[in-house]
Amino acid sequence: MANDVLVVAERSGGQLTDITYELLGKAKELAGAAGGRAAVALIADSSGVDSLGAADVVYTVEGPGLEGYSPEAFEKALGAVVDAADPRLVLMGTSTLGLDLGGSLSVSWGAPLASYVIGLDTEGSDIVATSQLYGGKLLAEAVIDGPKAVCTVIGGSFPADAGRAGGSPEVVQVDAPAGLSELKARFSALREPDRSGVDITTADLLVSVGRGIGSQDNLELVEELAGALNAPLSASRPIIDQGWLPKPHQVGKSGQKVKPKVYLCFGISGAPEHLEGMRNADTIIACNTDENAPIFDVAHYGTTTDLFDLVPELVERLGS
Amino acid sequence: MRIVVAMRQLADLVEELEVDDSGTDIDREFVKFVANEFDESALEEALLIKEGVGADQVEVVAVALDEPDVDQTLYTALAKGADKAVKLAGVPEGWVSSHTRASAIAKWLESQQWDLVITGVQAADDLDGQVAGLLGRMLGVPHVAVVVSAVPEGNVVKVSQELGGGTVAEEEVAMPAVLGVQAARQSPRYAPITRIRQAMQAGGLSEETVEVSGDGGRPTVRRLYAPEKSGQAEMLTGSAADVADKIIELIRAKGLVKS
Amino acid sequence: MTLDPTLALVETRKVFAGEGTVAQAVFYGLSVLTIATFFTGIVLRVRKYGRGRPAREGRWMRPSHREDVPEVTTKPSFAKGFWTVATNRTISRDQPSVGMAHLLVFWGFLGLFAATTILSLDYDILGNVSPLLVGHTVSFFHGPFYLAYNAVFNLAGVIAILGTAHLMGRRASHKEPRLDYTRAFKPEEGYSRKRFMQGDWLFLWLLMALFVTGFLIQGLRIDEAHFPGFERWTWMGYLTGLGWNAVGVGPHLAAHVHPWLWWFHILMALAFVAYVPFSKANHMIASPANLVVNDPANTRRLPSPPSGHPGYTSLADFTPKELLGLDACTKCGRCHYVCPARTAGAPLSPRDLILDLRQWVNRQEHIPVVLDQEERPAATGPLAANGSTAVAGDVIAPLTLWSCTTCMACVEVCPVGIEHVPSIIQMRRKLVDEGTMDATLQSALQNIAQQGNSMGKSARMRARWTKGLDFTIPDARKEPVEYLWFVGDFASFDDRLQGLSRTLAGILHHAGISFGLLYEDERNSGNDVRRVGEEGLFEMLVEHNLAALAKADFQTIITTDPHTYNTLRNEYPSYGLDKPVRHYSEVLTDLVLSGRLPIKPLGGHVTYHDPCYLGRYNRVLDAPRALIEGLGCELVEMPRNRTGSFCCGAGGGRIWMDDSFLEERPSENRMKEAVALGVDTFVVACPKDFAMFSDAVKTTGNEGKMTVVDIVQLVDRALDRDRLPSLQAAQAAPEPTA
Ligand SMILES: Cc1cc2nc3c(=O)[nH]c(=O)nc-3n(C[C@H](O)[C@H](O)[C@H](O)COP(=O)(O)OP(=O)(O)OC[C@H]3O[C@@H](n4cnc5c(N)ncnc54)[C@H](O)[C@@H]3O)c2cc1C
Ligand code: SF4
Ligand code: SF4
Repeated sequence: MANDVLVVAERSGGQLTDITYELLGKAKELAGAAGGRAAVALIADSSGVDSLGAADVVYTVEGPGLEGYSPEAFEKALGAVVDAADPRLVLMGTSTLGLDLGGSLSVSWGAPLASYVIGLDTEGSDIVATSQLYGGKLLAEAVIDGPKAVCTVIGGSFPADAGRAGGSPEVVQVDAPAGLSELKARFSALREPDRSGVDITTADLLVSVGRGIGSQDNLELVEELAGALNAPLSASRPIIDQGWLPKPHQVGKSGQKVKPKVYLCFGISGAPEHLEGMRNADTIIACNTDENAPIFDVAHYGTTTDLFDLVPELVERLGS
Repeated sequence: MRIVVAMRQLADLVEELEVDDSGTDIDREFVKFVANEFDESALEEALLIKEGVGADQVEVVAVALDEPDVDQTLYTALAKGADKAVKLAGVPEGWVSSHTRASAIAKWLESQQWDLVITGVQAADDLDGQVAGLLGRMLGVPHVAVVVSAVPEGNVVKVSQELGGGTVAEEEVAMPAVLGVQAARQSPRYAPITRIRQAMQAGGLSEETVEVSGDGGRPTVRRLYAPEKSGQAEMLTGSAADVADKIIELIRAKGLVKS
Repeated sequence: MTLDPTLALVETRKVFAGEGTVAQAVFYGLSVLTIATFFTGIVLRVRKYGRGRPAREGRWMRPSHREDVPEVTTKPSFAKGFWTVATNRTISRDQPSVGMAHLLVFWGFLGLFAATTILSLDYDILGNVSPLLVGHTVSFFHGPFYLAYNAVFNLAGVIAILGTAHLMGRRASHKEPRLDYTRAFKPEEGYSRKRFMQGDWLFLWLLMALFVTGFLIQGLRIDEAHFPGFERWTWMGYLTGLGWNAVGVGPHLAAHVHPWLWWFHILMALAFVAYVPFSKANHMIASPANLVVNDPANTRRLPSPPSGHPGYTSLADFTPKELLGLDACTKCGRCHYVCPARTAGAPLSPRDLILDLRQWVNRQEHIPVVLDQEERPAATGPLAANGSTAVAGDVIAPLTLWSCTTCMACVEVCPVGIEHVPSIIQMRRKLVDEGTMDATLQSALQNIAQQGNSMGKSARMRARWTKGLDFTIPDARKEPVEYLWFVGDFASFDDRLQGLSRTLAGILHHAGISFGLLYEDERNSGNDVRRVGEEGLFEMLVEHNLAALAKADFQTIITTDPHTYNTLRNEYPSYGLDKPVRHYSEVLTDLVLSGRLPIKPLGGHVTYHDPCYLGRYNRVLDAPRALIEGLGCELVEMPRNRTGSFCCGAGGGRIWMDDSFLEERPSENRMKEAVALGVDTFVVACPKDFAMFSDAVKTTGNEGKMTVVDIVQLVDRALDRDRLPSLQAAQAAPEPTA
């Protein structure tokens, strides 16, 4: 209905992901303000409705060609849901799904699109979207004043808890759209990442360690943390020089240039050669006992807590 | 087989970007424009396809709207091995929306024979969406975003698409199709300056005009501004336990901690 | 017969040792054959040189026009080349005993060569021609001339034997690591260099045998003639004759043995002559020739790529001079020994590079070589006979080429004037064209192309380091200044080095020097870009910088970076720069020594590292030393100092490449050398050195024991600030003369 906000659910390994709840929380807020409903589109897989209690209505669509993942099939299915739901706003993540479906929905549905959204607010009947442009160097405030729009939202922008509630929303089954059996883009296989050949350049989160770790034995400590965070371990050059980690783990001028969402580093002083490899990370969190260490000039967050005190605390929290 | 690589210019992110007097766009006067890095990966993937299939069987055409310093980008594409480079004139100046960009390319493609359009998965200022998705829909052909490998086989192209967390979906896409490339199978090759200069001297750049207008598809930007940034790191204080709590909160806020 | 010098030892009147006309005919026949072989060899070699690039393009000899910078690129002179050859000074430079031995062999051999020539002139030419002209045989081979001849050339023979014996002893003692031919780059398929050793020994033994048999024959002859008194002038032959007698060979027996030994000697001598152009002995011709055409400017001012394509691909791209240089190498191993890449465990040895190229070229030209060759199981690398094998990449492995720091130590030390570096760069150009390079290097080049600096920082931020100063540095594009300071990438952008730049700025300011900057118009000077092999980018940078310099009004350029100094001083003039260039260490030296900067002596012991591009390349050796001493420090030299300084490993673009394959970084090797001196201060005069050695202090675990200090910090510490203001007041005083 005209004031509804529709969230396109995302899954990983069959489970609904955080972004779904983050968007749902926001959808509830926006729709509530406009007297509409918060809706969720479950494409291909209708399970998990019980965890979507925050939603007023859940649209499900299943059909041939939706197994696995084919952008074309999902595009068609989403089109069918949007037709059925006729919302004011469609929200999805700026993820592969959002990049696949956002633009095409904007064209086929004739709605403007805002990407890289990190903030959504209502102003009267308008919705104002704040987007991160130029790699986060600038923010754009865009006014969505028309009857319909699509937003792709950067993960982590809204709290997920607001969207997490048990319950039994209304479920509307949408008929599979035509053409799902004659797809031009067919899914053939899923490949899980090859964890043996670490590629620190593509990771979203890096745990990085420097000479402050002291000895190879202590490396276990941060390895444990990296494991708990499911993040690869990277390092400054001295660690590689010592042979404690192989060369592909080196960050810096003579190693890899990385740009993770979060770069969490321990015992790295921040020499220019090291900074050259990581200063473009979205968020840098540095632990170094020396408050004058140059790493704090580029870090967004810092702490002078001893890494040997801090890391076990982190591991403990993540373990539980 | 004819592959069109859609490229574009983008303000160099190394530069300090300033907002112009209108308050809704960057100051384009002094900023330096360079090729969108994802488009360079797109070009690389196209060249790898060309090398894989056979140089005489694949034609790679680089196309870009007429934007500041675009000649440099197109000549570089030629120096790297593109067969043809086309500059599209007739597009409004300034911050061109992705919708306008896509329709300009779609319009030009009407006059072309092509099997595959490859472009960068995104650009740092594409507020109203990514060109690949828009273009695919406008052309009515399948499109795939976040592509990390594309290998043609007969009438289909085998595409690897990154889903996040390193998981890759493999798909077979019938051509014609549009791909948004995240990363090529190898990092973009180096174009020696001598070769770029030779390409410039040879002058193999053709210019064509397409008529498009408007910024349809982009919501009205009312303010563009730099986020507040403290020069120094925000120090997390307290006991090790307190600091650990805060760090986990920070990482969780980025959606990077499971549970 | 003119070519066998040892024949001079043989005869006096009865040149043919009493052999008859048949023997004479045989001898002449063989001689003709020998000479034909010898000249065939020479022709083959010369033809090979002709396969290179046309002389004009490749600077076969010397470019006609050049702008000279004293000491460094002065016009090379043939006279100087001949002097070098005559004195063997480049051999004795670093190894005096070897040099002396070689000098003995060299002059001994030349003496014997002269002797043979004289004998041949008299007997073969004059003896055969004079009967036709004047009706009887004319000879000058008698009387005082004969006596002097024998006395002098006996001496030549003796010194030749002594020299050869020394060189043999040196080899036999196995204590010379330079003569161990172990390769730096180990081909997968294995290799053997036994034949190198065999070739060396064959050469030495042939020489020795010729010299010795010569005397033995002389002795027999004198013995046979019953020791005539005048033969005492033939002192060594006389003594040998006495020796024959002593072992029981009397005149009668001598007459029997004489012809046999004579033939043995003659055949060996002829064989030797024929062997020269096909063996190690070829260096007797190629090395002096190479020394005479050597051009020290070549490395400092790199030659352009061959026209038409960007780097060396085949034999035809090499200049005749380079091809001659390949033949000139004596495998002495000096370059191998000093090379920082080789020392660090990189797969590069300049010697191996030259030898590989030589073998590859000779294969293609089908030049037969006696021993003196490397063997490999497969026809790969230098053994690839096919001319289409890529020289850069196949014959010489990419990592070998990329390992070079362009420190020029090899060129400096090579006794025969081989210029390794330009050839390495020419091959790198090919690799760059193909894109065969480290990802980190590629991104550095891309950054330089886009932002004008290797760090990829915004060009507009170049002068941001000046922010913390309490005065403004003039913009040389807007107001005239005396000195234009070309700061360079590292000193401008590296967080660690910006402080040093501010210190220098402060000192210049307080000394009342008029200086300015190009601000954001400055770009990387391109020295290392050029040495990486990216010539197009280099030219682009030169164009940009020259245009920027043209906007400025100044007298002299000061540089921080020695690399920048080199290219501005030696290469930019070819593109139109006509201003003097000085290094900041030179300027500081002037300021301190002229008293313009008041100093409180510092005291303490320090050591100083000569940056390759300042010391070896540009001979700025004394100024920094005078400065250090002028500041009251005691300078303790490292064993490798001045032009023999050891590279930090950053040059030639190496600073942008992966170094994880090295066993030990050159900077670490150097740091250990310094630490062993027992000093605690390591003075540098180069921003890259500061970065490299500060790092090396850590990686060698010498934190606390050694501090790396830039020479400008030393000046800053010594500065007597109380006496500064008075000086500032007296700013009207004339500038110190540069
Ligand atoms: C040409 C060149 C290329 C180089 N390339 C690279 C490169 O690619 N990558 C790279 O990383 N480096 C590179 N370097 C080396 C670089 O200069 C630095 O030496 C290196 O980055 C330092 O590593 P680090 O920060 O781990 O060690 P250090 O500088 O020794 O810093 C260790 C830090 O740990 C802190 N610390 C100690 N104990 C603790 C504790 N218990 N808890 C918390 N903090 C503690 C200390 O305060 C200190 O700041 C390069 C150098 C050169 C010259
Ligand atoms: S220039 Fe230096 S590093 Fe290069 S080969 Fe010569 S000695 Fe070795
Ligand atoms: S190149 Fe020169 S220094 Fe090196 S081995 Fe040959 S002759 Fe000796």
